[in-house]
This record gives sequence, C-alpha cells and structure tokens, in this order.
Amino acid sequence: MKASRIDDPAISRSPLAIQGLTVSYGQKPVVYSVDFITPPGSLTAIVGPNGAGKSTMLKAALGIKRRLSGEVLVYGEPYEQQSCHVAYVPQRNSVDWDFPATVLDVVVMGLFRDLRWWQLTRRHHRDMALECLCRVGMEAFAKRQIGQLSGGQQQRVFLARALAQSADLTILDEPFAGVDAATEKAIVEVLKSLKRQGKTLLCVHHDLSTVRDYFDHVLLLNVRRIAAGPVDKAFTEKTLQEAYGGRLSSLQLEQIVMPSATTQKV
Amino acid sequence: MDAWLRALTFSTGYNTSLVTLGAMLLGASAGMIGSFILLRKRSLVSDAISHATLPGLTVAFIVMALLFGDGRWLPGLMIGAGLSAAFGLWGVQHISERTRLGEDSAIGAILSTLFGLGVVLITVIQAMNTGGQAGLTGYLVGATAGMLAGEAQLIAACALLLLIAVFMLRREFLLVCFDAEYAATNGVRAQRVDMLMLLLLLAVTVIGLKVTGLILVVALTIIPPVTGRFWTDRPLRMVAIAAICGALAGYLGVTLSSVRTGLPTGPLIVLSAFFLFVLSLLFSPRRGMVAMLAAHYRFKTKVHLRQGLLALARQEAIYDALTLRVLRRHGFIRRDNVPTPLGLAAARDAEHEEQLWSLYRSLYPDEAAHLDHLGLEPISDCLPPDTVMSLESRMHPPLRSAL
Repeated sequence: MKASRIDDPAISRSPLAIQGLTVSYGQKPVVYSVDFITPPGSLTAIVGPNGAGKSTMLKAALGIKRRLSGEVLVYGEPYEQQSCHVAYVPQRNSVDWDFPATVLDVVVMGLFRDLRWWQLTRRHHRDMALECLCRVGMEAFAKRQIGQLSGGQQQRVFLARALAQSADLTILDEPFAGVDAATEKAIVEVLKSLKRQGKTLLCVHHDLSTVRDYFDHVLLLNVRRIAAGPVDKAFTEKTLQEAYGGRLSSLQLEQIVMPSATTQKV
Repeated sequence: MDAWLRALTFSTGYNTSLVTLGAMLLGASAGMIGSFILLRKRSLVSDAISHATLPGLTVAFIVMALLFGDGRWLPGLMIGAGLSAAFGLWGVQHISERTRLGEDSAIGAILSTLFGLGVVLITVIQAMNTGGQAGLTGYLVGATAGMLAGEAQLIAACALLLLIAVFMLRREFLLVCFDAEYAATNGVRAQRVDMLMLLLLLAVTVIGLKVTGLILVVALTIIPPVTGRFWTDRPLRMVAIAAICGALAGYLGVTLSSVRTGLPTGPLIVLSAFFLFVLSLLFSPRRGMVAMLAAHYRFKTKVHLRQGLLALARQEAIYDALTLRVLRRHGFIRRDNVPTPLGLAAARDAEHEEQLWSLYRSLYPDEAAHLDHLGLEPISDCLPPDTVMSLESRMHPPLRSAL
C-alpha cells in the first residue's frame, strides 16, 4: 500500500505530499487526517478560520511539531531526508527581536546548512546574503540591529533568509500578517518571481480578499481538508461556507467570490 | 603589588603559570558556553548544575577515602560531581516536562534539595576522621594555591577541549538560540542541541570546581556573556568577547590570589569578572551608561536647537530655558534673547529644511516612515541629491510668490 503511494507520479514529483496527517494537542485533534499533494511550481494558499490548524499542519509537516499519524514526502522521499529542499519563513513573533544580531547575520543563517564547522563565514557568503536582501529591498538595512526594524521589515528579512537557502519549496506562515502595504506588495512580487523560476510556494494566508490575486492554488482547511485545487475550482462560495461554517456573512462571501464572476463575464 | 606584578608576568614559577593558564582557558570556555546559555534564556540552569554537584562530590570523596584512605583525587571528584549534576539536570528536565511546574520552580526545588544533601554529607565526612577533609572547602570557594601540576594540566586540557567543542557547535547553538523551530527545519534538532549545550555547561562546572569552587562557577558562565553583550550587536562576536572577558577574569583572579596565601581564588575571579562588567556597563561606546547619557543629551540639544530656530523663524516667543541656553551658546540670540543676524539666517535655513522634510513626508509616506530621525538631520545627508532637487523645485513656486 505504502509503496504504491510513493510510485504515484503525482506524489513523487510533488515537493511536499502530505498523507493522512493528524496532529493533536492532548486528546483533541487540531489537524485530522489531511491529504494534500502540493502541485510542483504552484503558488498555493492555505486558507481557513482561526484555529483551523493551518500553521500546525505546516509545523507538523516540517518536523517542528510531532505528528500523531501520517507521512510527509518530499519528492517521494521522507521529509527528514529531504529537508534541504524546503525553506521555512516563520511567523514574525516566533523570535525575540532583541537578540544580538544584525539583519545580515539573520540572512546568513540561511546558509548555515552548507557550512561545515571549520569553515568561517566568508565574503562571498555575505555577498550572497546581501543579494537576497536586495531582492526584498532591504539591502540598506544590512547592518541594522534586528530590533530596530518595523514589522514589515522583519518579515522581509525572514523572506530573505529563506531565499538564501535557495530551496525548491518555500513554506510561509502568514507572511502578510501585520505588514504595511508596501511590504505586502514587495513580498508578493518576490513570491511571483520565485514561481516564475519554477519554485513551489506554500503559504498560510488569512486575507480572503487577496487569495484570487496572489495565488493559483488553494487548500481550504478546517481541521479536516475541505477542498483543494486550482483557485477557480476550489475557492467557491460553497467550499468557503463549509470551511468557515457560517462565520462569513453572505455579503462577505459575495465580495470574495465576485471577482471570478466578473472575470468570467469578460 | 610586587608579588602581583610577578604573577601577572608569569614569573612565579611553572606551577602558578600553569594554573593561571588553566583558569584562563576555563574562563574562556565558560564565557563561550555561557553566552549561548544566556541567549537561550536558561542562565538559571547553570545555577542548578553547580549546586547539584555537591552531593556527588562528597559521595566520591567518601568512597575514595574509604577505599584508598585519601579522598582528594581530582578526576574522581570531578566524575562524582558530574554524575550528580547530570542527575540534577535530569530531574529539572523531568519535572518541567512531565508536570505543570515551570523550569524555574523545578530548578529551585532540585537545586536546594541536592545542595542540602551535599551539606549533610559534608558533616558526615567531618565526622569520618580521614585525611584531607580540610581540602574539601577548596571545592566550595576554589583554591589554586596548592594545586598539583597534574591537576592544573587536567583542568587546562579539559577547558581547551571544551573551547574546541563549543567552536565546532557554534552555528547549531546559534540557530537554536535564535529560533528553535527554524533550526528544526534546517535539520538541527533543538532537543539534541539543548542537551549538548547543557552537557558542555556541566563540563565547565565540573572543571571549574577546583578553580572557582562549585557555587561561584555560575558567575563565570553569566557575567562575561552579559559583559560581552555591551560591546556588540552581533551574536558570534558577543561569544568571542565573552570568552576574552572570561579569560581575563581568570587571569586577574588567579594572579591576585597568588599574592598572599589563603586568598580564595573563586571569589577573586568573580570579582574580576564583575569589575570588567562594571567597566563595560559604564564605558562601552554604544550601550554603556556614559555613552547613552551623552547620546541622549546630544539628541535633546539637537531637538531644542531645531525647535528654537523654528520658533525664531516663525517669530514665536521662546520660554524653555534649555532652548534659550542652546541658542545663546550657538550665538543665535543675544543675552537679552534678541535674535542675531546669524541666528536669523540659521532660522531661515531650519525652516527651509523643515518644509522640505514635510513635503517629503507627504509625497513618500512609506519611505519617510522608514527613516527614524524625525527629520532632524540635514535632508541632503539623508536623501539622494536628485530627490532633494525635485523637492526643491516643487517648493519654489510658493517661495517666489512669498517673496
């Protein structure tokens, strides 16, 4: 049974295939038996109400949280052996920003995987990190202490660190939470340029109104998998209603789903 | 003084020099591992470890005294101390993971219990009537005066090994200290790294037994890292500075204690470390108290100067005493508060600057929000010339009509 799953070409080509993933806090499952095969080269949003287990699912997939059952495959192999293909952009509040580090120090952390213990961090490592900072428009802040950054700038630094890993799959946990409009635009640009390079992106997203503009695939989650697929097919009034269980008013739903209606008319 | 100078220049004989070197290596490794422990916010754990060494130390002493007649064999004592400290650590870990108690309360419970047990065992030793029990107090406060060459070599070698181990693990430690979850996605398991960190901390404690004594070794893992934090905003640099401070404290402490017999080494090392800490607290160029006060004063004067000049330009009355003083000092107003020609010119410039900045803020609110000096710096120092030119040209029409 297991072997046949891995032989499935959709799974062996997917940078992150999640099979029957369950995570629980105590006796309460927060993610229950979720299957999701990330399409390679896609820009996928994970959407669902608060407490739907979006972040938890990703953390379990990344080996940060222990999973109760299920397997996580990267290109058909267990994640633990393939974690070098995956970069992670955590939520901003996951670290202490008083930590003695400059912006460049944080980005260089993205290169640690390639450095052996006897190697010192050299100029070309710093140049690589600077290049990543350039891509998120933060090169002028390289020497700043990280505590002096605004929320949006902190988020960009984390994105730059993930860029430094030059991974095939980048997983982002609410990258747009609490950032200014300019940063949101800059991040979306970076994500789209990564997609153009053939990279895959998986992104927990909370702003339903921008799902259509930013993403091409979507996974609707509320503890269980509600729907998944291309945005046009999976992101509908019906699936949203199911995922949010009446927490969205019909007016909100209309506004979120409307853009597709107008584009179809055109 | 003379004796101290001789000790400082390593000219009091092979043994003392060896001990000094050992203490310096110990200080360096304690500073390094302590920095990571500090960044991981677990400094209290080192306190638990050091107190938990006492029962193991005393049990090892009793066992060796019964078997060989003398309990003062350093490697044996170190092993005993290490085992009981490891037991203490396990206890702390177990309690904080399996129960609702936090790590701090677990540390408190374990630390006092094991230390109490150790003190009871010391009284047992005192009643035992065996050789060398007087030397046992040396492990409480440190005693390097009568140290054997072999002991000093052991301490120096172990400390050197520790230094190398911390150096090898620096990136893993750093990743976990900054963000354990991100570290996990990089294949660095926080649990394993934490374990290694504590193991190295335990090793430092055990090696430091004879030099600083088991209680005061805590100071060597906490004070130098905090000192290092004053001098840099970069993580590995902080670790390096902490190592230097630790080595310096060891050097000063051991040489001071060799001045007169009976001076305890541990307290002197700790006092030296604290001395370095106070120096840094006061005089470090960026985060030191003197520098911060000076910077605050400079900033305050700058604000008052700008506000005063703007008031002059707008012909508003100035009441603030400091503002008046600052203006007077610059020769912008006379003693009777009437603006001088120089002052009027400066006021016109300030007003012009202010208008450029406010125009910039209204045109590019996002970029302006990224600048953090409230527009007090000259605009041409902060923005590229072409931007300033375009701002100037936007301002000119209203200026001309005003003239």
